[in-house]
Amino acid sequence: MINATAEAIAAREFDSVVADHRAQIFRFLLASTRDVDLAETLTQDCLLKAHRNWANFRGESSVLTWLMRIAINLQKDHWRNRRLQFWRQTRTNSVDLDEASEWLPSGERTAEQRMLAKEQVAHVWAAVENLSERQRTVFLLRYVEELDLKQIAEATGMGEGTVKAHLSRALARVRKELGEKR
Amino acid sequence: MNRTNDNPRFVQRNDDLELEPELREAVGNFKASLDAWGEDAMSRPREIVAPARVNWSLVTKWALGCAVFMATVSSGIFENHRRQEMAKVEAARIAEQQRELVAQHAREEADLMAKVDSDIAREVPSALEPMASLMDENQGTGN
Repeated sequence: MINATAEAIAAREFDSVVADHRAQIFRFLLASTRDVDLAETLTQDCLLKAHRNWANFRGESSVLTWLMRIAINLQKDHWRNRRLQFWRQTRTNSVDLDEASEWLPSGERTAEQRMLAKEQVAHVWAAVENLSERQRTVFLLRYVEELDLKQIAEATGMGEGTVKAHLSRALARVRKELGEKR
Repeated sequence: MNRTNDNPRFVQRNDDLELEPELREAVGNFKASLDAWGEDAMSRPREIVAPARVNWSLVTKWALGCAVFMATVSSGIFENHRRQEMAKVEAARIAEQQRELVAQHAREEADLMAKVDSDIAREVPSALEPMASLMDENQGTGN
């Protein structure tokens, strides 16, 4: 009876975790892969894995950081498996940079502002495309998911100094890209 | 005490991480773009896509093609090797025949020479002995 109650509470807690963080995990994976189907699959896998290990989560880091860590590891596993399974017929649904740059929020903007914003987004995508895997992960966690350095360090398993170094290089790339295309 | 905050290089690095207005605007638009894309993607019904599977018909075709290729190549190599062996045997047979022919010619020649020698080596009749001695003297003077 006590066990059943505890399980019910845990299930409700996890439901709220999913409701709070699913979109954020999905957005991070979408930005990392530019593949909607893959991002959805990895998000499902991430939440499934989190659900299985929910009882072991001790709250030493925030739930979001923990989920991000699982998502990053799943993404790494996916690419590693894909490299090893070169004989499989794999199809990629990654959209190209132009298509990714088409997305803009429908706000109260003039046509000129929208054009300028689209150009900026395309330049940032181009810079992100050329970043190393670690630099890209750190950049997306900091400036899209708005995690602080400590959270990024926990999610990626890197030291804070390493995170800063990667972030600095990533920003330098983005600055250079924006400066060149200006 | 946080040692890293006293380090001037660290302060410099932190400054690097601060975004200037234009970069902040670009990164903000990038985030807004991702938000819009993510929301749209999550609100759409998801298509069920069959997982990528090993294409067995393609694998079978490749295996069959490789087997046919190997069979063709190996039979060609075997045939070539067989012809070479036969050519070697034939060449050896012809060489043996030629050797036998040469030996036979040599034997015939030797027999002929023996016959000629025996004819030449016959004793000179006694009546012709003085002439024979004259021939020997002429040979000695070089005439």
